[in-house]
Amino acid sequence: MAILEVKNLGKFFGTLQVLREINFSLEKGEIIVIIGASGSGKTTLLRCLNFLERPDKGSIIVNDEIIFDAENPATQKENEVRKKRLHFGLVFQNFNLFPQYTALQNVTLAAEMLAKERFDYKQNKKAILREIQDNGEKLLAQVGLTDKLNSYPHQISGGQQQRVAIARALALEPDILCFDEPTSALDPELIGEVLNVIRNLADRHTTMIIVTHEMNFARDVADRIIFMDEGIIVEQGTPQMIFENPREERTKQFLTRYSENKDFSPY
Amino acid sequence: MDQASVIINRLSESFLINCRLFALTLLFSLPLGLLIAFGSMSRFKPVRWLMRAFVWVIRGTPLMLQLIIMFYGPGLLGMSIAWPNGDAGRFTAATVAFVINYACYYSEIYRGGIESIPKGQYEAGQVLGMTKAQIFFKVTLLQVVKRIIPPVGNEVMSLVKDTSLARIIANKEIIMMAGEYSSKGLIWPLFATGIYFLIFIGVLTILFDYLEKKLSYFRT
Ligand SMILES: Nc1ncnc2c1ncn2[C@@H]1O[C@H](COP(=O)(O)OP(=O)(O)OP(=O)(O)O)[C@@H](O)[C@H]1O
Ligand SMILES: [Mg+2]
Repeated sequence: MAILEVKNLGKFFGTLQVLREINFSLEKGEIIVIIGASGSGKTTLLRCLNFLERPDKGSIIVNDEIIFDAENPATQKENEVRKKRLHFGLVFQNFNLFPQYTALQNVTLAAEMLAKERFDYKQNKKAILREIQDNGEKLLAQVGLTDKLNSYPHQISGGQQQRVAIARALALEPDILCFDEPTSALDPELIGEVLNVIRNLADRHTTMIIVTHEMNFARDVADRIIFMDEGIIVEQGTPQMIFENPREERTKQFLTRYSENKDFSPY
Repeated sequence: MDQASVIINRLSESFLINCRLFALTLLFSLPLGLLIAFGSMSRFKPVRWLMRAFVWVIRGTPLMLQLIIMFYGPGLLGMSIAWPNGDAGRFTAATVAFVINYACYYSEIYRGGIESIPKGQYEAGQVLGMTKAQIFFKVTLLQVVKRIIPPVGNEVMSLVKDTSLARIIANKEIIMMAGEYSSKGLIWPLFATGIYFLIFIGVLTILFDYLEKKLSYFRT
């Protein structure tokens, strides 16, 4: 059974149609990597899934529940959206860590806010907060930052900041973790550490949608590649199919252009 | 008591007027400025327009003129509710004019501070399921405060010195008091007023430096 189904998703910015008829589904534990030229709508798609943009058409279904339907305003109520977006986690290109909080506080903040809505919060406050702390420490250990728990974002490198951001997204245990070019803002020597963290998540069968320009990484980690161009999914398939035997002319052109312009990174 | 200490006493008393005006203006204009800032960022265009026009008028005309209009305006327009008689009326009118004037300056500082917070901070909060209020209080507020402390500090120090303008509607603040001596040929009290201001500004400088330091543990 698919954990996520996206049906006929469409999005306009003014008169510009940025997404048209996006259809795909995702299985639990599956990893999709989305590739495509600049401006093809990759970021917009992730932002729609995370309710940062409101699609104009189509629906989003998670675990058989329609969490968004452009035709049905009842699925778009502010307060419910807040709950429903927790199905997804999003790691941003430029981290967006909260500068006034330590790495650990960045990871625990949202969980602490959410815990306040638990019916047993008052009675079990101490235990709940303790658990959130422990979980935060565990996640930061998982991304290799045990020694940076109490560092502020400006005190650590970009790669470390992005790893904190990944731990922060994991803290709320989303069903589907989305990455929007997680290494694009990093110096080349810092890219590897972040990709390794994502690889580890892949080994643990974390369900992920990853937008990236790191083609070698995409090939390694993806169960399925989606190639987007001008707001549509041109082609999708296993990495082998897409990279070695692309059927569509546009895919071929993109991959050739890509390997000419940028050397495939070593990761 | 010799003449000098009598004069010092009277200067100190009149400086209390400056201090009261300063304190009341801060007390009311800091929060009022926030309301005006929200108004001038409102998604509802007429409100935004009105607020921005108001801020433009207040910041675009001299405080001295506003004081005169505030005090004499109601009477000249034949309004029945004018200011109370005597010193209380003069002081109230001055306070109201100061509060409005400074609220407008603060509102622009707040607006600049709020608008300078990157969109990504809000989005990161949203994606983590935080409510708008939680994002404001837990994520953006402290960043805004950090950014606005230096400009607010500047305005607060201007305010200390501006309180002397209240003399234009005959509030007996310290410079007006010293002026009375100098018109009788005694000059030193006028110079002495400078010391009062210097000490006040000195204390504020230390205070704002401290606040800035307090928030220097993170960078925005
Ligand atoms: N808020 C917006 N308002 C108007 N147009 C937008 C907005 N956001 C994106 N667009 C436009 O939508 C199109 C798709 O943008 P999007 O950011 O989704 O592309 P992308 O595939 O992520 O590109 P890149 O690889 O450069 O990140 C672009 O033409 C972009 O200019
Ligand atoms: Mg993008």
